[in-house]
Amino acid sequence: MYQYDAIDQRLVDERVAQFRDQTRRFLSGALSEDDFRPLRLQNGLYIQRFAPMLRVAIPYGLLSSRQLRALAYIARKWDRGYGHFSTRQNIQYNWPKLEDVPDILAHLASVQMHAIQTSGNCIRNTTTDHLAGIAPDEIVDPLLWCELVRQWSTFHPEFAYLPRKFKIAVSGAAQDRAAIQVHDIGLQALRDEGGAVGFRVLVGGGLGRTPIIGTVIREFLPWPQLLNYLDAILRVYNRYGRRDNKYKARIKILVKELTPAVFREQVDAEWAHLKDGPGTLTGAEVSRIGGRFTRPQYQKLDALSVQCTQALAREPGFARWAGRNVHAHKVPGYAAVTLSLKKTGVPPGDATAEQMDAVAGLADRYSFGELRVSHEQNLILSDVKQSDLFAVWQEAKALGLATPNIGLISNIIACPGGDFCSLANAKSIPVAEAIQRRFDDLDYQHDIGELDLNISGCMNSCGHHHVGHIGILGVDKQGAEFYQVSIGGAQGNASSLGKVIGPSFAQDEVPGVIEKLIETYLARRDGDAERFIDVVRRIGIEPFKEQVYGNAHQKREARERQLATA
Amino acid sequence: MATLIRNAKPANDSWQRLDPAADGGLPAIPAQGDVLVPLKLWQSSSSALLGRSSGRVGVWLAPHEDPALIADSLDALGLIAVHFPQFADGRGYSTARLLRERYGWKGELRAIGDVQRDQLFYLSRVGFDAFELNDGIDTQAALSAFGDFSEAYQSSVERPLPLFRRRGAGAV
Ligand code: HEM
Ligand code: SF4
Repeated sequence: MYQYDAIDQRLVDERVAQFRDQTRRFLSGALSEDDFRPLRLQNGLYIQRFAPMLRVAIPYGLLSSRQLRALAYIARKWDRGYGHFSTRQNIQYNWPKLEDVPDILAHLASVQMHAIQTSGNCIRNTTTDHLAGIAPDEIVDPLLWCELVRQWSTFHPEFAYLPRKFKIAVSGAAQDRAAIQVHDIGLQALRDEGGAVGFRVLVGGGLGRTPIIGTVIREFLPWPQLLNYLDAILRVYNRYGRRDNKYKARIKILVKELTPAVFREQVDAEWAHLKDGPGTLTGAEVSRIGGRFTRPQYQKLDALSVQCTQALAREPGFARWAGRNVHAHKVPGYAAVTLSLKKTGVPPGDATAEQMDAVAGLADRYSFGELRVSHEQNLILSDVKQSDLFAVWQEAKALGLATPNIGLISNIIACPGGDFCSLANAKSIPVAEAIQRRFDDLDYQHDIGELDLNISGCMNSCGHHHVGHIGILGVDKQGAEFYQVSIGGAQGNASSLGKVIGPSFAQDEVPGVIEKLIETYLARRDGDAERFIDVVRRIGIEPFKEQVYGNAHQKREARERQLATA
Repeated sequence: MATLIRNAKPANDSWQRLDPAADGGLPAIPAQGDVLVPLKLWQSSSSALLGRSSGRVGVWLAPHEDPALIADSLDALGLIAVHFPQFADGRGYSTARLLRERYGWKGELRAIGDVQRDQLFYLSRVGFDAFELNDGIDTQAALSAFGDFSEAYQSSVERPLPLFRRRGAGAV
């Protein structure tokens, strides 16, 4: 965990005082609704369908048990006893009262947390790999760099009123688990031949209405230049990003309209002025920040725990869970555990205050008091001894957090959708639940194998439907809620955007459609090792389309041909 | 009439601001007095402006206008202002930094347009030292906004060294 120093703490405290005063002025009528809006957004406060929604940052997904208990306390005291973990390493509360928000922020500040810049047209919470610092395939630990970016972006005076929101993601591993190709800026930390750290810089990725995979504009940015280069990108965007149309205001549109080559030239021209200026990072600062992270005091253990191996052989349920929800760790004898927030019947990503408290207890007992929030909306115990895995499984099971579905069809990513969100075209939570019910049989799920199914309630794509192997999008058809289905999307190193299979469906048709897609896949795969996404890539979307829509369109075309020749 | 804050204190304003007409036509040039003119008028009539019998000349920039366009004229100017059509249009923040850091403007840099209390802190950090506040804002209360935060991480005009370069020096 990063530990605030006195200045970090003072700044979040001062932010609470500032927002308390702004809220007071708003409630007294001194500040108009329009003038208050950007201020509250920069403190994570939306006005939603039923109540305000408060989004709290979990910077780069790192959370201590003490912080999780504070989140549980907030859920209980000021909300309805639960919170929603989002795809951006944030937690959202759906029912706070506006006048309570300053107190909630004060409580967060007391555990070194905040809601700063979690919304609004500014630089948002920086996200990273949920296995940062522990993944065996890690090249550079991204946490330290994320904290440097957090500090740089917090209250950056020049970039508080950008054309649109701005999201930065950092990956430091061989496998990208931070979706860096679909962020405004994606940073891939690397090492040069001498071992020095630098960053591959991608810009202009994003989902939403115009999904685009980001473009690399610099192959290796030496670390001392990180903040200067970010300043250069942001300045070009702040000055030239479109402000006339909010749907064209993201940096991806600027990059596309200028072309990546011209955009890069403009950034380089700006960077030339900033290059060795005061913003250049120093080794002293990097070590200072590094030193403020507490690290688990690992024991020297065997690479494979005997107890664990025995339990695996004895207990098929445990083995199944371990196969899906336990991840390799770079320290011998340790593992990371995903606690699934995807139990059927519970909105994906939701956790009750009781579950949060219990998970905090698990973290204290088994994971050095630390955990992670993943962009797949699950919680992760990052540093568990293999010999404790069996006990963790049993406890997690009792809490309803041991669904062995990580990477499987029921590990659905879904946005809040029409149940909560005022922008929604359609609900997403009931659709997720219906699909989970349809595929409730775990053996069947395991047989289907790895599959990402993502649902968004509208084109804003909060549920990442474009990069789901199967993506479901809520659309509005003459006032009724319909769902468009796409296949072939993927996140990670080989990111791709899904293709729509055809006309949209009514809500009750969706599980059946998914079933047909899965049947097509199972019939066409070359064996267990070929995943759904691999088959879509190999055979294209036509066979799936045919299975779903029948060959009605072919019959019609044949008939039209006949008529034409008759 | 908007209230002027200069160097964190209420101040009197000697400047008369000229705006283009609704059809984009350029305003007439007053014979005397301090005038703050749109960039276009400065570009078309700088000699006429500078040749008046008395009064200084200032230029105001719209958000899309590049400060590089006046970089060669700084010695002739008594004031530069940046217009914010709405406070959420943040281009003027970059304009200000460029004027201060790249082009070396040392004189008064004024934020005009939709300028409110809750933006004063960031505006002052990027180099504005004068602010024409919207009507109806409590000026005394607004002055406290300069103290919203006691520290800042980044490099900025008012403190060019970022926090991490000041720590070691025992400054914090
Ligand atoms: C319920 C209130 C929410 C509202 C009103 C909302 C609104 C929006 C809007 C308007 C966009 C599109 C912005 C653009 O493309 O310019 C967006 C994008 C996004 N939102 Fe949400 N959102 C909400 C909840 C969530 C939740 C709960 C999550 C996480 C599960 C989330 C994650 C994202 C992500 C990842 C994007 C990505 C698209 C991109 O950046 O290109 N949002 N949201
Ligand atoms: S995708 Fe649309 S419906 Fe879903 S949370 Fe985002 S804005 Fe709301």
